[in-house]
Amino acid sequence: MTDATNSPSTGPMLSADGTPLKKSLQIALRRQKLRALALVAPLLLFVLVSFIAPIADMLFRSVENEIVSETIPRTVIALEQWDYQDGNAAAPSDDIYAALYVDLSEAEEFKTHTRLGSRLNYETTGMSSLLRKTGRGIGRMDTDEYTKQFEALDPKWEDPAVWVAMMQSPGIADILPETASAWQSWQRIVANKNDVLAEEQPEDFIYTMLYRDLIAQPASAIAAYSGSGAEMLQAADSAVDGFEAISLREQFLDIDKDWADPQIWGTIKAFSSPYTAGYFLSSVDLQLTPAGIEPQPENQQIYMLLFGRTMFMSMVIMGSCILLGYPIAYLLSNLPLRTSNLLLILVLLPFWTSLLVRTSAWKVLLQQQGVINDILVWLGLVSDADRLVMINNQFGTIVAMTHILLPFMILPLYSVMKTIPPSYVRAAKSLGATNWTAFWRVYFPQSVPGIGAGSILVFILSIGYYITPELVGGTTGTFISNRIAYHISSSLNWGLAAALGTILLAVVLLLYWVYDRIVGIDNVSLG
Amino acid sequence: MVSTNTDDGFVVFDGVQKSYDGENLVVKDLNLSIAKGEFLTMLGPSGSGKTTCLMMLAGFETATNGAIRLGGKEINNIPPHKRGIGMVFQNYALFPHMTVAENLSFPLEVRKIGKAERETKVQRALDMVQMGDFGGRRPAQLSGGQQQRIALARALVFEAELVLMDEPLGALDKQLREHMQFEIKHISDNLGITVVYVTHDQTEALTMSDRVAVFEDGRIQQLAPPDELYEQPKNSFVAQFIGENNTLMGKVEKIDQDLAVVRLDNGDLIDTVPVNVSSVGDRTLVSIRPERVEFNRERLLPDAHTLKAEVLEFIYMGDIYRTRLRVAGKDDFIVKTRNAPDQRRLKPGEMIEIGWRPQDCRALDA
Ligand SMILES: Nc1ncnc2c1ncn2[C@@H]1O[C@H](COP(=O)(O)OP(=O)(O)OP(=O)(O)O)[C@@H](O)[C@H]1O
Ligand SMILES: [Mg+2]
Repeated sequence: MTDATNSPSTGPMLSADGTPLKKSLQIALRRQKLRALALVAPLLLFVLVSFIAPIADMLFRSVENEIVSETIPRTVIALEQWDYQDGNAAAPSDDIYAALYVDLSEAEEFKTHTRLGSRLNYETTGMSSLLRKTGRGIGRMDTDEYTKQFEALDPKWEDPAVWVAMMQSPGIADILPETASAWQSWQRIVANKNDVLAEEQPEDFIYTMLYRDLIAQPASAIAAYSGSGAEMLQAADSAVDGFEAISLREQFLDIDKDWADPQIWGTIKAFSSPYTAGYFLSSVDLQLTPAGIEPQPENQQIYMLLFGRTMFMSMVIMGSCILLGYPIAYLLSNLPLRTSNLLLILVLLPFWTSLLVRTSAWKVLLQQQGVINDILVWLGLVSDADRLVMINNQFGTIVAMTHILLPFMILPLYSVMKTIPPSYVRAAKSLGATNWTAFWRVYFPQSVPGIGAGSILVFILSIGYYITPELVGGTTGTFISNRIAYHISSSLNWGLAAALGTILLAVVLLLYWVYDRIVGIDNVSLG
Repeated sequence: MVSTNTDDGFVVFDGVQKSYDGENLVVKDLNLSIAKGEFLTMLGPSGSGKTTCLMMLAGFETATNGAIRLGGKEINNIPPHKRGIGMVFQNYALFPHMTVAENLSFPLEVRKIGKAERETKVQRALDMVQMGDFGGRRPAQLSGGQQQRIALARALVFEAELVLMDEPLGALDKQLREHMQFEIKHISDNLGITVVYVTHDQTEALTMSDRVAVFEDGRIQQLAPPDELYEQPKNSFVAQFIGENNTLMGKVEKIDQDLAVVRLDNGDLIDTVPVNVSSVGDRTLVSIRPERVEFNRERLLPDAHTLKAEVLEFIYMGDIYRTRLRVAGKDDFIVKTRNAPDQRRLKPGEMIEIGWRPQDCRALDA
């Protein structure tokens, strides 16, 4: 009783109302945090939706490859047992053709086989037309022989209601696995046509699968089945051995003899997983072939060249922006305020004109019949016959982009130089430094953060620039971004575009990191 | 050519004028001769042209007119880096991207001095300002006073004979400032360098300088050693600018060689030394230092004129008493008395009689 009094040194600190101090502090802080969160929420949402989400989607698309396993799932599973070898040594078995037969029968209804064709065509040319052609021919295969033979055996095989009853019986999937699987496709096809399942006679591929199942199953297994249509099945089971067999392989080869080519099957197998490195390999001029990773054919290797060129030209543009921008920024920061403001407006003027107008203006200036060439010819510096080619090449791109990106170099430089007090240079001179030494040893090092900021801005902007190289770049002056745009809007190979974009993003982040290592991001200042 | 007596100085401003805009003269006819080893302070209110003079001497501004000579040579057309003048800036201007040691070795490097010699000189300069251990630091890692020392060391490290300082202590707090005043003075005396020092702190000017040049409106109002400046101001500007000062307005009643009797505006008569007055009837501003006012009748000359005064306020300030009086209709007349055992404490409301020795009261320009 005596030591029940609360000694303050033990136990947690309590606030006035008796709750632990820590807890009441947390509650108070949480309210603040929530309020802060509510304030930034709209922006956060906007950034998420318009910035993070597209990037995430792009990253995902660059590896996503579900179309193969979704369109021809049975084939993908069947191919797991098959190994690619060059030549005709290992032609796929009839099982694989059967799986493809069912898959394509469904895909043809939903027209997904053409999309699959486009996808696989990125990897092996000819796949698109092969699949299109096969889609057209799949309904005309000779497999109706099976249908006829089953009907001849028992006319009830014609009755959709009988089929429905049988396929709903428990245990049917165990004795007729392929038929049951194909039946699911059939259900989807009928549903897609807005028909009633019990009124539509199944298509030939169902009968084909039934034939294959009956051949494969031992008689005892069929005999053990007792559900709906058991007698029909047992009768059919004893009769199928006498049926005329149709080779599915032959049927496919009749449509297109490419189906015998292991290359085709190898491609399907190589791209059968739902995620693939194929796009990234293509982005670096490699390809995923059935035999493994190989370089692209010489005449198709363009991406490394384009990446290299993009880097190189961005560097050159950055360099010329520094060379041109530094003196201007220096001048601006040393003039009286009124004059420098006026000049600053001139620097910013390009921002107020459309990018297209500015780029087109360069076209007018630089083209062979353009202003600059005319003046050079008029001055006699260049003969009329060999006017300079200054547009639709790298030179044109560099000139136009330097002009467009120059303000992004000048502004950070200016704002940094503005903060360098003139007394530093004066001090240097009073200590005996010549103008040049004072500049180089004292002024320049202090303007480096501005150069850093401007360079990062210009480089990152130019590495992803699209319009200007497109307009004035010709064939030798285009950037990787032009190729990305081509894949987005023309070839519709979004996966490759996404992979290229991802690599670009990675390169930028890498350069940023390297820059941080060498210069230090703290040294970057926008003023 | 008129040869002035300024020719023999180490630093000579000879009729120098400066205008920035072609309309106003910021420096009007500056004549100044500074002897070798002298510590000269330019003191004056803001905008009076002190920095401009310094900049002309350092070479960052050109004189519009007149000649500036250094060691007998005209330097008007010599660029700053060839003048060999050390300079300490108000914001120190230590190069932020260099260490302290690099800052100090910069002037030696540009003079192409070898590495070993550079290092010894830098170390010696650092030791001189008691910063020997700070060579590896960046300026940003130093306190204001430390930066000040480094700036001083940098201006001295290349053995300049002339060092210019533009309000070098302006950014420091009072205590540190007093300490640094002493240190700068000490170093400059030891090295025997010539210093031109700019400040608008009159105490600083008085305590440090050999001579003080009081600037106002582009002109030197008075150039004199500190004691002369304080005790014998040449005109009312100097009297009011330097130290505390009581002023009374009046007219000269009687004047001879070293005594002028002035009739104040309320009719009272006082004794003064004529400084800027020449004839009876001149209007004059009479100036008297608070510590020279006497209210003990026995200490005054028998025939001295006295004034009636009413005590308004008594302030105890420790070492001194400060008493505010109403004199001749003005109630901001200050008297300072030493806190001595026999000193009388005046009480507010008391009526007293005040006077002074004539030589302590100066009749200046109105
Ligand atoms: N670069 C300049 N251009 C135009 N006028 C100037 C320039 N520098 C100074 N002035 C003017 O010259 C006059 C004197 O300036 P200065 O800097 O010499 O004054 P100061 O005595 O050093 O004042 P402070 O004690 O405030 O430093 C001022 O009126 C100022 O406005
Ligand atoms: Mg100044």
